[in-house]
Amino acid sequence: MHKLFPASLALALAAPACALAAPPSPATSSPSTSSSGAASDLAALRQEIDALRTAYEARLQAMEQRLKAAEAAAAATPAAAPAVAGNATTAPVANVPPPAVSAAGGGANAFNPAISLILSGLYTRTSKDPENFAITGFQLPGDAEVGPGTRGLSLAETELGLSASIDPWWRGAAAIALHPDNEVSVEEAFVQTTALGNGFSLKAGRFFSGVGYLNPQHAHTWDFVDNPLAYQAMLGTQFGDDGLQLNWLAPTDQYLELGAEVGRGRSFPGTDTSRNGAGMVALTAHTGGDIGASHSWRAGLSLLHAKAADQELDAIDAVGNAVTNAFSGKTRVWIADAVWKWAPNGNATRTNFKLQGEYLRSTRDGDLVYDVGNTDSSGSFRVVQSGWYLQGIWQFMPGWRVGLRTERLDAGSPRFDGSALAFGDSTFHPHKNSLMLDYNPSEFSRVRLQFAQDHSRDGVTDNQFFVQYQMSLGAHGAHSY
Amino acid sequence: MMNRKTFFALLAAPLVLLANPADAALRVFACEPEWGALAEELGGNLVEVWVATTALQDPHQIQAKPSLIARARNADLVVCTGAELEIGWLPVLLQQSGNAKVQAGQPGNFAAADYVRKLDVPGQLDRAQGDVHAAGNPHIQTDPRNIAQVATALGTRLQQVDPAHAADYAKRQADFAQRWQQAMTRWNTQAAPLRGAPVVSQHKAFTYLYDWLGLKEVAVLEPKPGVEPTASHLQGVLSTLKGTPVRMVIHAAYQDSRPSDWLTTNAGVPAVKLPFTVGGTDGAKDLFGLFDDTVARLLAAGGKR
Repeated sequence: MHKLFPASLALALAAPACALAAPPSPATSSPSTSSSGAASDLAALRQEIDALRTAYEARLQAMEQRLKAAEAAAAATPAAAPAVAGNATTAPVANVPPPAVSAAGGGANAFNPAISLILSGLYTRTSKDPENFAITGFQLPGDAEVGPGTRGLSLAETELGLSASIDPWWRGAAAIALHPDNEVSVEEAFVQTTALGNGFSLKAGRFFSGVGYLNPQHAHTWDFVDNPLAYQAMLGTQFGDDGLQLNWLAPTDQYLELGAEVGRGRSFPGTDTSRNGAGMVALTAHTGGDIGASHSWRAGLSLLHAKAADQELDAIDAVGNAVTNAFSGKTRVWIADAVWKWAPNGNATRTNFKLQGEYLRSTRDGDLVYDVGNTDSSGSFRVVQSGWYLQGIWQFMPGWRVGLRTERLDAGSPRFDGSALAFGDSTFHPHKNSLMLDYNPSEFSRVRLQFAQDHSRDGVTDNQFFVQYQMSLGAHGAHSY
Repeated sequence: MMNRKTFFALLAAPLVLLANPADAALRVFACEPEWGALAEELGGNLVEVWVATTALQDPHQIQAKPSLIARARNADLVVCTGAELEIGWLPVLLQQSGNAKVQAGQPGNFAAADYVRKLDVPGQLDRAQGDVHAAGNPHIQTDPRNIAQVATALGTRLQQVDPAHAADYAKRQADFAQRWQQAMTRWNTQAAPLRGAPVVSQHKAFTYLYDWLGLKEVAVLEPKPGVEPTASHLQGVLSTLKGTPVRMVIHAAYQDSRPSDWLTTNAGVPAVKLPFTVGGTDGAKDLFGLFDDTVARLLAAGGKR
């Protein structure tokens, strides 16, 4: 036990005694005036009661202070021996252990932000070389993170998260991604208001856009190893941007949240170019609620509008050559999302089920240069593409979940008044089915198996097999719905 | 196909609903049923209480559901346990609520565990020990003495956030304190035969109850807090019980009774389901019923030596 313990014990015992010794001053003066009958007796009594009350208040305060001190010291003195419960009826505070020296960490580190670290790794086995991965009919930037990634054993992204209140009006958070190729990127870094009130909150910085259901969620909360093809093909896997986000929650018992975002448009489907205005505008609307104790749901509609200039895209032309095209223009992506969760009596600990689905529809409208550097054929360009996925996750016993996802894309028919060689007239619909099984020994660790049959490329079947672990250490993160 | 106009119309539609009738009642968002019941006792018709969870749900494992976010947005006072019990969901609720009144540190944010002495405070913080809570065991509501202390603090807080009715709250609080004191005397007398009784618990959820009634926890079915009982650990518990017979095995209403039932079958120890919070059993209709029923169930299973 700590050296200062006996001293503080003595101090603590003495404190209430001092409080008792304090003379109840109003009471002492009252008896002298009590000669003139019942009325003054009554007044005297009242005063005495008042005095008693002040004395008790003083005692209570002293005890509260002891309680505070005891709480602070609790870290150093693990749960004092249970007090004799026989005298429990007298006063609850009688069982308060004597305060020990405060061990609550003060000093410079006391205000350190909450830190969490996500560790993740993969084993990937594919029947086709991921180097040649493409989604037929969808032109994507060369650096887009699509497909099954690299084969064999690999480290996945390590994510460092920091968050804390800044002052009574702001909180801040950052997610730093450490990539296996030793690069570092800022995934999210934003400040957010906490005191605007009336349902408003404003975010500024870099963040994942609030469009759809999956987009704002970090990779370690996904139910499958990879994001759906529709997200890969139309949002570059996950759309994040630098900008502002304003959310407003309606003052109704029915959940209704509206959001508006403006940003640089720094990533696909936008491009980062020097402009004063916004390169991205997004609007979101979500609603949801409960049906009985066992069911809950959320559904929404979002619109993402992004500008691109000279966006270099990898494509396959009508005769099967790999070419680079350049797109300049506007992209509008509509997203309809819905999720429904079931847990018996709302208790998800043993078993639960989650069904989620999203539909994305992208319209790209502008100008295209076909085969940059060679043919250089330019003309006006417009394409409407869409895709959806539907997935169900079932926890059949504590810690164990199984999931099935099915998805399909429609590449649309591009309208291009440049070279006729630019686009073929394929009617192929990329599609994919995935099956996963994961085991979560605790809420901080997960091991997952996933098998997927991927038909992203016309005439190619890629059997993909993944083993993944995801672990989180440090601060206990709170996850959104 | 929806065009831009329809989208904006959709955005504007809820504005009509903005004309929310300014209810006179103070809106209280209670994380757990026991605090909802306490707010009802102390606020009566001055408060409108909404409880986020039920007694059949595990308070550690709640999701930040849309319905919860909507209610947190409109709350004047959020009453929760604290001590990290709601760490997996409450921070998200508060962030998304856009409600300045109920953020941490504001008078509209009340954490009950701040006002009681906490037990099971870990000397060393390491998740190898399971889902431990740095601030101590958060299941404080199983000891009526804690309820008394929280009632005092919550009564004061109600007066602070709704000063117009301060006198009413003070009156209700004094009335509750008196009735509670009487009830505690009754429970203490009733539960006297339980003193010193050795018991097994399924989860470390009843530390405060044992502290109050003088029950002795001989073993816990969960190998570590929040970790499901394993066959080998259960066998270990079984061999412990050979040397130290216990009177009962205790689990909360929200928990799966199978591990407790297993012990009943294999060791002949009666399993006791306790309400754990208001609404956990038919008898636990309010805070008084919670302890009436708890004491009655304990006595029925292990009152005799």
